[in-house]
Amino acid sequence: MSFDSFAEFLAMGGHGLYVWLAYGSTITVVLANVLSVRLARKRFLREAQALVRRNETAQAAATDANL
Amino acid sequence: MGIKQLWHRLGSPRWFFEMSRRWPLIFGGLALLLLLTGTLWGLAFAPADYQQGNSFRIMYIHVPTSLVAQSAYIVMGVAGFMLLVWRMKLADMVLSAIVPFGLSMTALSLFTGAVWGRPTWGAWWVWDARTTSMLVLLFLYFGLYALRQAIPRQETAGRACAVLALVGTINIPIIKYSVDWWLTLHQPASFTLTEAPSMPMIMWMPLLVNVLGVYCLFGANLLGRLRLEILKREHSTQWVQEVVTSGRL
Amino acid sequence: MKLFYRQLRREFIVMFESLEEVANPLVFLFLGITLFALGTGGSSEALRDYAPAIIWVLVLLANLLSLEGLFRRDYEDGTLEQVVLLARPGFLPILAKVTAHWLFSGLAMTILAPLAALILYLPGSALPVLLTTLLVGTPALSLIGSVGAALTVGLRRGGVLLALLVLPLYVPVLIFGAGAVLQQMGGMDTAGQIYWLLVISMVSLTITPFAVQAALKIALEQS
Repeated sequence: MSFDSFAEFLAMGGHGLYVWLAYGSTITVVLANVLSVRLARKRFLREAQALVRRNETAQAAATDANL
Repeated sequence: MGIKQLWHRLGSPRWFFEMSRRWPLIFGGLALLLLLTGTLWGLAFAPADYQQGNSFRIMYIHVPTSLVAQSAYIVMGVAGFMLLVWRMKLADMVLSAIVPFGLSMTALSLFTGAVWGRPTWGAWWVWDARTTSMLVLLFLYFGLYALRQAIPRQETAGRACAVLALVGTINIPIIKYSVDWWLTLHQPASFTLTEAPSMPMIMWMPLLVNVLGVYCLFGANLLGRLRLEILKREHSTQWVQEVVTSGRL
Repeated sequence: MKLFYRQLRREFIVMFESLEEVANPLVFLFLGITLFALGTGGSSEALRDYAPAIIWVLVLLANLLSLEGLFRRDYEDGTLEQVVLLARPGFLPILAKVTAHWLFSGLAMTILAPLAALILYLPGSALPVLLTTLLVGTPALSLIGSVGAALTVGLRRGGVLLALLVLPLYVPVLIFGAGAVLQQMGGMDTAGQIYWLLVISMVSLTITPFAVQAALKIALEQS
């Protein structure tokens, strides 16, 4: 461990602002990428399932009409 | 499964979708593991640099993001080539799936480079060889993104982007060389595959771990977007309906 | 080669019909130079130091303006489809179109460059290098630009997109072109840069016609 205390670790020998600015931005961008994929997948799934349900009800109505 | 058979199988997105069900999770887990160890090791345990003090620790994310930003563009060039020559639908989906990740990696590389430059060179932005070619790469990514948005039809947009990605990939070495010739203020590469690294082993080991980690992250993100892109483009087919109703994505 | 000359002749006819449209980029070049002079208060030191950069950047932008119309006119009246689909060696008519475009933009700007250098206080000694770099560099601009023009031919508002696609690819030409003149003003040898400009022009001459052909086929399918 090249730092004696956690406070020193945060201070990073005076360069703390830069180091944490860089790491913070990286973490946010990476999380944004990962989450955007997850959200898009969820949204697609919801829309697709709604579409499928609408088709089924439409087919059911059509078959009733034929009887 | 011979290469030839694999090649034909790659032609059908459905086969790829079923095959790659586990891959994003595997790559994602690996990336998390590697990045955590690499970052903690680099941040806390690696010794401080005698000149730059602790600000050099930004290298552990600046170098990996820059490497991935460039290789992502090369992968797009290859995908573009495969799309144009063999008309593989999967290649077009790969092309559109990489752009967001490549764009964010280039932007990150520029931002972390600037933040690292502040304490070491005393300026947020210096027009030097590496930063400028990375900035030109960012514009190349924006060009691809804008071209895809501008063309309404899916197939045309894909193949137009393929041509642009190919032309861009051919230009990357020329741009890199001309910018390098133009002004080299940047320090020599931290470590190239040929000569030994200019840092002690304890310093560049975490860097290697982080580079592998970011490449796994690239794989995970690409596969995640790709699988979603397959579903979106094939949503009218029967097998996608089953996948959707079964909810087992 | 007959195909090449016939297409070239057709291009000349079209160009001579709309000479003012062809002259617009050249007017733009001098308009830009005046804006720079106005911007720096006309002081000769400021202008002299930046003369090569100003001239080369404006040549790049003027080239971009004239690229817009390269395929658009033929695209709208349908001759583009005939040219691309029927010509056996498909890239010949495309090469003819790009050469015609270069003659009326790149070469024209090289001919007018002494005048531009004059009003920017560029020392006479740097003029030959400026002319050679322009002569050797502008073909690459037209060739690389034609790929961008082909990609955006079918789009309604392709202008800004064309700039966004093509300008990053112009970076090496600008670096070597402006760099050569700057080094010449600094008294250093400039042969290396000129050779590099020649390399870029030759490489684009061999690659871009095929990229343009592919891009045009894609754009034509879209309509």
